[in-house]
Amino acid sequence: MTTIRFTSNIQRHVSAPDLEVEGDTVGEALQHYFQRYPAVRSYLLDNQGAVRHHMLVLADGISIADRERLSDSIEPNCELFIFQALSGG
Amino acid sequence: MSREIWVGTRKGLFIARRNASGWAIEDTAFLGVPVSMLLMDARSGIAYAALDHGHFGVKLQRSDNRGRDWQEIAAPVYPQKPEGVSDLDPMRHSEIPWDTKTLWALEAGPPGREGELWCGTMPGGLFRSRDHGDSWEIIESLWHNPMRSEWFGGGTDLPGIHSILIHPDDPDRITIAISCGGVWVSEDAGDNWQCRASGMRAAYLPPEFAGNPNTQDPHRVVQCAAAPEVMWCQHHNGVFLSEDKSQSWRELGEMPPSWFGFAIAVHPDDPDTAWRVPAAKDEERIPVDGKVVVTRTRDRGKTWEVLDRGLPGEHAYDLVFRHGLEVSPGAECLAMGSTSGSLWVSEDEGDSWSTISNHLPPVYCLRLVE
Repeated sequence: MTTIRFTSNIQRHVSAPDLEVEGDTVGEALQHYFQRYPAVRSYLLDNQGAVRHHMLVLADGISIADRERLSDSIEPNCELFIFQALSGG
Repeated sequence: MSREIWVGTRKGLFIARRNASGWAIEDTAFLGVPVSMLLMDARSGIAYAALDHGHFGVKLQRSDNRGRDWQEIAAPVYPQKPEGVSDLDPMRHSEIPWDTKTLWALEAGPPGREGELWCGTMPGGLFRSRDHGDSWEIIESLWHNPMRSEWFGGGTDLPGIHSILIHPDDPDRITIAISCGGVWVSEDAGDNWQCRASGMRAAYLPPEFAGNPNTQDPHRVVQCAAAPEVMWCQHHNGVFLSEDKSQSWRELGEMPPSWFGFAIAVHPDDPDTAWRVPAAKDEERIPVDGKVVVTRTRDRGKTWEVLDRGLPGEHAYDLVFRHGLEVSPGAECLAMGSTSGSLWVSEDEGDSWSTISNHLPPVYCLRLVE
């Protein structure tokens, strides 16, 4: 199972609780998350389904490589941590 | 009589009310979040606020109780960009993102079509809702118009629709203005569009391109509610007037203290009367000589009065953006907000101004609410 955690900064605007989900890629894991919490999707992904320019997704501490198709494979028991980049601040 | 001034700023929504001792800021919402556009739909009493979270994207909020409570609703979303399609900015040859970057115009539809809303965005998409903003559709006929490939950003990286005019007597007639993409008109509720900026002049382009209607930079276009065939445009390089529903435009020439600016407002009952907020032209974008003034014409632009009573007269560097000047439906009230966080109101058609605040965040937009 993959654990998805969002920065506390997003919680003021939309409820994004921690959740354990299944999935072999970043995209699959996020898809499961958004099925449970659909309002969170647009806070992370743009209209084309890519990670927003000033958002970051870390998989076990490493920024994902494929921000457009979310195709990075993830290990079992991976943690995805999602937060805003200082570049947008 | 307007009872409230709603102010969208870089750091939230502020609501000023007129009480026994005058105007004062009484309520806030979305503190810390940029509010790019506001709408109070007089048909339904529903309010809308467009937010730009930066990191988290643009969102749309709706209130059924005049701003006491807000609920996030759907924001306009661009369609999936087909594989292999290239949509290049004509100047930089960089890809135009099919992504809602800014909600820049929000207007109620015509009487009789309750629930219909129109939204103009960067990078140039126009959207319509028929259900009070529960869902939105992009106007495909405009987004896929081949002439869109000539549009480019003015003051921003991306082109944007900032003015949407609904004809009060012809619900299918819609006029929009784009920086930089000229003025466009649909006579069939958005199914077909024509570029209608003939007569405008773009001094910032090489001379051979200056007359192209499709690359004009109309900073703001407004129409007179009682005589909607008359439209006023504060353009990047002058003030232009149309008296034939945007079929043609004529430049009004020199005017005090300058022809540059962003905001313009027209009297709702009198097409000859308009107000604007001049600034030193584009390479400076500050008040001329550091004096904030409003100018007013009562003869359709032949002459202009400079109105400065109550406004700062020295070392004032307030710039009023295109949505920062509003006139109430009965013209009893004018309000103006600046990039330096000043908010002024006039209750004598601009003859004199009162300060509500000099300490707000930079003002993006205003709405006068009955």
